[in-house]
Amino acid sequence: MVDWARVVITGVGLCAPNGDNLSQFRESLLAGRSGVEWFTTRYMPQVPAGVCHFDQYRYQSKKAARRGTRAGSISIYCANEAIKDAGVDIANARRDRMGVFVGITEHGNVETENEIYNLAQYNNDIRFWTHHHNPRTVANNPAGEVTLNMNITGPHLCLGAACAAGNLGVIYGTQMLRLGEVDLAIAGGVSESIHTFGIFASFKAQGALASHEDPTKASRPFDKDRNGIVVAEGGCLYTLERLDDALQRGAKIYGEVAGYAYNSDATDFVLPNPQRQAECMKLAIGRAKMTPGDIDIVSSHGTGTNQGDQYECMAIQEVFGGHKTAGVNNTKSFIGHAMGAAGALELAGNLPSFDDGLIHPTINIDNLDPECKIDNLVIGSPKRVEKVDVILNNSFGMLGVNSALIVKRFVN
Amino acid sequence: MTAEGIRKAILEIIRDILPDEDLGSLAPDKTFREQINLDSMDFLDIVMELRKRYSIEVPEKDYPNLATMNSSVGYLMPKMERL
Repeated sequence: MVDWARVVITGVGLCAPNGDNLSQFRESLLAGRSGVEWFTTRYMPQVPAGVCHFDQYRYQSKKAARRGTRAGSISIYCANEAIKDAGVDIANARRDRMGVFVGITEHGNVETENEIYNLAQYNNDIRFWTHHHNPRTVANNPAGEVTLNMNITGPHLCLGAACAAGNLGVIYGTQMLRLGEVDLAIAGGVSESIHTFGIFASFKAQGALASHEDPTKASRPFDKDRNGIVVAEGGCLYTLERLDDALQRGAKIYGEVAGYAYNSDATDFVLPNPQRQAECMKLAIGRAKMTPGDIDIVSSHGTGTNQGDQYECMAIQEVFGGHKTAGVNNTKSFIGHAMGAAGALELAGNLPSFDDGLIHPTINIDNLDPECKIDNLVIGSPKRVEKVDVILNNSFGMLGVNSALIVKRFVN
Repeated sequence: MTAEGIRKAILEIIRDILPDEDLGSLAPDKTFREQINLDSMDFLDIVMELRKRYSIEVPEKDYPNLATMNSSVGYLMPKMERL
């Protein structure tokens, strides 16, 4: 067994539908405040969606925003916020030793839909197709725009792992730090997915798009009357560093990466496999040298689909049933499904629990589905506990990609 | 369109492409590139906007004609005077 370097989280930059930074986000989660609103997308009636309202021009010029993508803008905002939060003096830092690793569910849909729509206005005359299309749609665009904005010359890429991508960004950043390939990783995930109508239309065609007369109530994981997914945009990027470096510069430490695992269902394009999900969680717990009883918060994936929620509850019950976890919660009930950002955002919303001893709830459960009855599901309002030392964050995605990321309280 | 009209049309296009730049003191006989932050992708945006807004085609061999405001107005005059 290799003795890997310890990796810690030293900064958080995020934008969520209900908060433009961690403090606002956490406040909304504790107050039960949803960020879902009515949203208009092409060719469809109004849909509930998680829409962000951060200041896009705080770190990005209007010209760069015009040339780039929404995912790029979100990434730039989150990366700059994270570096600022971490207290890194970027002007004097070794930017060739920084990496940018951004998880995405998809990229290019928004830009391609817009171009095809634009082209149709000119009778499909190809002379009207933009020269910006290729740099906008390459899969590394969101991470690449960060490097351009911040003059970072270390490695960058985007990781495609469906709705597990946010966890994967953090996992990959951890790996790169442990390999010694970077000294600081800006890592997490982003989503611009509400700006493509295709994603809404496809979920609708599958019967998996949530609807409700009140958009704030449309995302209802584990509730008996849940009827699908609320799509959201958002982003969360962390600064990750090896512990020695963080201590040397006196960095604030949010938590330590204790363990992780990702695996594949090898079962179905869309339907999850609870056995593989349970295996993934157990693998992560084992690698963290822990037992299920050591986990204080299970941050569930729960998207609000009938079968998805049910299967995840089976997996959670299999791993944790009989052990006493302090609480299971869900963030998508507040902000919808932030796709590539989901894993990273949902972890972030729970990190302050190390300090305040509160477990944020799951909202919109009016009638818990009996098929989703898991122990210690925190419903409606926050639960106060003696202390929180360990968070396990689940994110699962299409084509059967599963991920579990465990972050623990930092103890020197 | 008059020469002044063409000059205004070009300024409007550049304003949309470079929203952060101050175009107030653009010298008409110096190149755009030496006065404002205009790169090759921005230049192609100018060509595209002329196409979209005025149905004007600028072939690649004619790009040097769009280097300064004066040369741009001169080049575009025969193409735009009927507008």
